[in-house]
Amino acid sequence: MPALTDLLFYGFAGLALLFGFLCVANPLSRNPVTSAMFLVLTICSLAGLFVLLNAFFLAAVQVLVYAGAVMVLFLFVIMLLDLKEEERRKLNKVALGAGTVAVAVIAGILIRAVTSAKPAADKLVEGTTKPLGRILFTEYLLPFEILSLLLLVAMVGVILLSKKELK
Amino acid sequence: MSTKVVDRAPLTFYERTYLPAILGGIKVTSKHLFNTLVKGKAVTMEYPEQKWVVPAGYRGAPYLVKDQDGATKCVSCQLCEFVCPPKAIKITPPGPEGQPADRANAEKMPREFEINMLRCIFCGFCQEVCPEEAIFLQKDYSLTGQSREEMIYNKEKLLKLGGTHAGIQKWKHKLEEAKEQETFPVPTP
Amino acid sequence: MDSIKYLDPTTQFVLFSILKVMLVFAVAMTGVAYSVLVERKVSAWIQDRPGPNRVAPFFVEFIPVIGPWLTRLGIFQPMADGLKSFLKEDFTPSYVRKVYFWLAPAIACVPSLMTLAVIPFGSTLGNAANKMVIADLNVGILYSFGIVSLGVYGIVLAGYAANSKYPFLGGIRSSAQMISYEIAMGMSVVAVFLLVGDLNLSSVVDYQRGGLHQWLIWKQPLAFVIFMIAAFAETNRLPFDLPESETELVGGYHTEYSSMKFALFFMGEYAAMIAASGMMVTLFLGGWSSPFGSEPAGTILGGLVHIGWFLAKVAALMVVFIWTRWMLPRFRYDQLMDLGWRRFIPLALANILVTALIVAFTHK
Repeated sequence: MPALTDLLFYGFAGLALLFGFLCVANPLSRNPVTSAMFLVLTICSLAGLFVLLNAFFLAAVQVLVYAGAVMVLFLFVIMLLDLKEEERRKLNKVALGAGTVAVAVIAGILIRAVTSAKPAADKLVEGTTKPLGRILFTEYLLPFEILSLLLLVAMVGVILLSKKELK
Repeated sequence: MSTKVVDRAPLTFYERTYLPAILGGIKVTSKHLFNTLVKGKAVTMEYPEQKWVVPAGYRGAPYLVKDQDGATKCVSCQLCEFVCPPKAIKITPPGPEGQPADRANAEKMPREFEINMLRCIFCGFCQEVCPEEAIFLQKDYSLTGQSREEMIYNKEKLLKLGGTHAGIQKWKHKLEEAKEQETFPVPTP
Repeated sequence: MDSIKYLDPTTQFVLFSILKVMLVFAVAMTGVAYSVLVERKVSAWIQDRPGPNRVAPFFVEFIPVIGPWLTRLGIFQPMADGLKSFLKEDFTPSYVRKVYFWLAPAIACVPSLMTLAVIPFGSTLGNAANKMVIADLNVGILYSFGIVSLGVYGIVLAGYAANSKYPFLGGIRSSAQMISYEIAMGMSVVAVFLLVGDLNLSSVVDYQRGGLHQWLIWKQPLAFVIFMIAAFAETNRLPFDLPESETELVGGYHTEYSSMKFALFFMGEYAAMIAASGMMVTLFLGGWSSPFGSEPAGTILGGLVHIGWFLAKVAALMVVFIWTRWMLPRFRYDQLMDLGWRRFIPLALANILVTALIVAFTHK
């Protein structure tokens, strides 16, 4: 049933856009926790899109890592900050300008990418662990290793920062 | 102010695995589980079926008592009503044309005798003051009802609950106590 | 029954799936209700008390011998408890953040139920196509970890919504605790999947089907211990019930809740316990297979026996969950973090390494 898949795609895509909009510019509330929760919903909608693309592993990891761990940390930090000032803050003109420029640049890249994209192959590769792992450790071995090195550097940096007596 | 530093031995590796704590926990809990389930040694007293044996001298609810002939002992002197600290007792005397007492050597008996058990503090002053040994604090401690009216016990109910107390001779004991007071200070043996 | 055969396969699949969802939901909810009873009974027995033994509908006393006996066991207590939580006053304090206050109980309850979807609770029923698992995902374990990690939002939001100190502290504690132990939990499972070679939970059960000696608890005892302790932390059970801790935080994140909203948290906790037990049974204790080894059932009776084995194992683990509550005192927060980050994560990593080496040298 192709119609159902299309319907689901438009559903998830629409939800992702809606929640993303509500995350950054919620007209009803400027509460950071609300924004964070809408970001969680955006991430979950994106996971839905991944499932539609047969990328089950990515979908699961998206929810597990971003919605489950990173956003919980966001919430943790938001709750530990004093939020009253943040709720009252007016729009900052400089930030608004910079943001518009950034959005324009990203939109340009996106439009270029979308217009130059070829239609997807008819048969999608099943995005489960085995094929994904095979591709990661053969075709994309170098980027993979560089990324893991980056993470390692970040980790070592954090440990160095938190251990004051090492100086 | 001297501070005593308690020497705490560092935990051994075995202790740091939490294993001794877990084993100890298993031992204690299974012992109690076994005792309760197999030996039936639960400490709970299952109240309505099992009841406390109240000790002698326990001050429970005050009830009116009858003498050996089944006659009302109370003569409506209203001393208890007067002495009652929370004013729980309310006596309606018979009045001039009221019903006479139902026993030979008494002039009158109350037309109505009410104790509000919600107010009663079980102090025992009424028993102490009664010249006729007509009211006694008994061993009843579980008084329940579903309305305030229900908790005001009337004469009929109090007499029924009180039962017959024939052999108690309160004044004899009082006399003995008074005699003991005369030989004060008590000679040491 | 025959008319089902004439439907097309998709409709059949949808029908069976709906049936399975309803069945699992009903069994899980009954399980939740009765694990509360078991909790109360076992707790009572360990504390030298008889436990709930009074509640019974009026007709039970007319059943000779069995009626009073069931009443003493408290069989009818969960119904009274459920009825009570529906009938109690649903009180919303004036100072709470209303939206989150209403959302949080649902968010706490739903993920633990969703996890049950990927757990194979039986082999087959009737013919080989009717696998006794709601969703036979090939990334089953990742799905369940993803859903479990969403469970923390219920608690954190409850703590935030209540807008008062104790629930807030509970929420903060819970967010850190959940993230920490999720890592240890996930890493302990990696070793299992190295041996099995598949993330699908049905194939994990297939791997262990041969009988007691095939169970992964013997091959991965360390992973089992870490997974189990992390499961205690994930479900907020003693000795890791810091988000709740009645004695310090007066109930923690659900301090301000009453009636059915509180009951939802309660149900969520017990459903999470059931899900965690089911996960442990599937991963380490042979799933639906009997200790003497079993093939996927060909008959309906055989399928029911397998479901029975699964439920029995889950029930046994639930008793372990409940018993542990009285075995150990609550951990201090720093001890909790120390145990998670400095003991379990390195141990789990070492376990992965050793398992990987063994697999690499014995494979093929």
